[in-house]
Amino acid sequence: MTNGVVRVAAAQGFWGDSLDAPRRQVEGGPVDYVMLDYLAEVTMSILQKQKERDPSMGYARDFVGAVESMMPAIVGRGVRVVANAGGVNPTACAAAIRGVLNKAQGDRVKIGVVTGDDLLPRLDELLDAQHELRNMDTNESLATVRDRVLSANAYLGSVPIVEALKRGAQIVITGRSTDTALTMAPLRFTYGWADDDWDRLAAGIIAGHIIECGAQCSGGNCLFDWRSIPNLADVGYPIVEGRADGTFTVTKHPGTGGIVGVHGVTEQLLYEMGDPRSYITPDVTADFTTIQLEQEGPDRVRVFGIKGRPPTDKLKVSIAYRRGFKAVGTLVYSWPDALEKAQLADRVLRERLDRLGLEFDRILTEFVGVNATHGPLAAEPRDPPEVQLRVGVRSESKGMVERFTREIAPLVLNGPPSVTGFAGGRPKVEEIVAYWPALIDKSVVRPQVEIA
Amino acid sequence: MRVQLVQLAHARSGDKGDTANVGVIALRPEWYPLLAKTLTRERVRDHFRGVITGEVERFELPNLKALNFLLHGALDGGGTLSLKTDAQGKVFSTALLRMMIEVPDAEAKQLGLPGAA
Repeated sequence: MTNGVVRVAAAQGFWGDSLDAPRRQVEGGPVDYVMLDYLAEVTMSILQKQKERDPSMGYARDFVGAVESMMPAIVGRGVRVVANAGGVNPTACAAAIRGVLNKAQGDRVKIGVVTGDDLLPRLDELLDAQHELRNMDTNESLATVRDRVLSANAYLGSVPIVEALKRGAQIVITGRSTDTALTMAPLRFTYGWADDDWDRLAAGIIAGHIIECGAQCSGGNCLFDWRSIPNLADVGYPIVEGRADGTFTVTKHPGTGGIVGVHGVTEQLLYEMGDPRSYITPDVTADFTTIQLEQEGPDRVRVFGIKGRPPTDKLKVSIAYRRGFKAVGTLVYSWPDALEKAQLADRVLRERLDRLGLEFDRILTEFVGVNATHGPLAAEPRDPPEVQLRVGVRSESKGMVERFTREIAPLVLNGPPSVTGFAGGRPKVEEIVAYWPALIDKSVVRPQVEIA
Repeated sequence: MRVQLVQLAHARSGDKGDTANVGVIALRPEWYPLLAKTLTRERVRDHFRGVITGEVERFELPNLKALNFLLHGALDGGGTLSLKTDAQGKVFSTALLRMMIEVPDAEAKQLGLPGAA
């Protein structure tokens, strides 16, 4: 902390984000904390499958490389790290991190491990105790898919992370924490915000929302004046400069590409937004209609005015379950009459699927270049040079989906003409792991913190 | 005059299950009241007729000169279930910006809208 300002740098917006970002965040200028968000809704189920195959897996392996790349800052300068890299196996993640720390003279660096989010081992006990875990979208009870459940994790808030920091952890590893808590916890810990300081806690959450998708608030995926965004090749990842009063500034390291401006930050604030007055987290309910933004300098946006209210007595639970199979096949048709040819190929394909007696829960055709992104809202292009036919199917029967994947290639020789683009081979059959959002009483979830 | 929304606003969209959200932001603060008046829930629902299967919800964020729309039944089941190219609703933002809106000439001129005489 310098002059009352604590700097929290975002270095990963999802599992698969830039491998270079963590190192660049600690080398590009002063930071106190690095925050890495690895978990999207479906990530937990992928990790659960990995853990089933190998009990020492089940966490975001990229995090090990990220910590290695930040080692001089962690061991030398005491930079602290908060990440939900633990996935479904935070303890194994901590063991892997301990290994790389010890190799780099980091034996004294303490690791905090947050657990208690994993409800899978307790699922039957919870269902028996009348926690129905109804699907928030469809209102179905979880019992209807119980035997297909792969993972079930409650979203934990900032409290256990703050506790780990209080107990001296320099690297905090969580499982399913909310993305926003990873940023809010260091701010709350630094300034000692009270449990009922709703406005400041809400400010911390909104700081987290702004930077949780990495460069998506600093020039990445920014529609506003996109041509003028400088040097995206070297885009700077965002940094929150927090202050005790709950106001903060979003910025990035000097000399990096991208831009931190009111327009781009506003776009990110609205990303995945529901009711803006009630952004519900385990810690606080934040009101996005109170946020004020001000450009206080180049690549500096000041955020202030934020109000919050008490949270609810529920936690959100992210459940993943098996839900059949899918495959998507594509072929490219060229001028002349590219769209007409692709349309005929689609009709021929569907007729053959019918004749084979294949039945699908869903079959969807898109013509890429014509209607894949905006559907009927887009005008049909005049005489396009090519159109990609894209057909997807979904079924509970793996065999039917597999049979579908064998009907794409033959079209190259026995369907409409001027067709190409089949270099990728037969489409891949994918098992669908679907998402089941639910709520559970806070009182039954028991977060735990261990210092290792 | 008729003006396309893309001339007046920028936008970002994302997903929650089978729902896409679209945040629409005025390109200039003084254009926000026009957007708030024009982009009603019904208008947006009509725009996406045949594209989404569910209802539309609308929220105002005057502090950010923005509106937020929830488009239910937009993502062919959503998430991993969806067969759509845009399974995560990333480009519903620009789909909304295709909307053509009618603005009285005098108001368009007073607001300095692009193309106003």
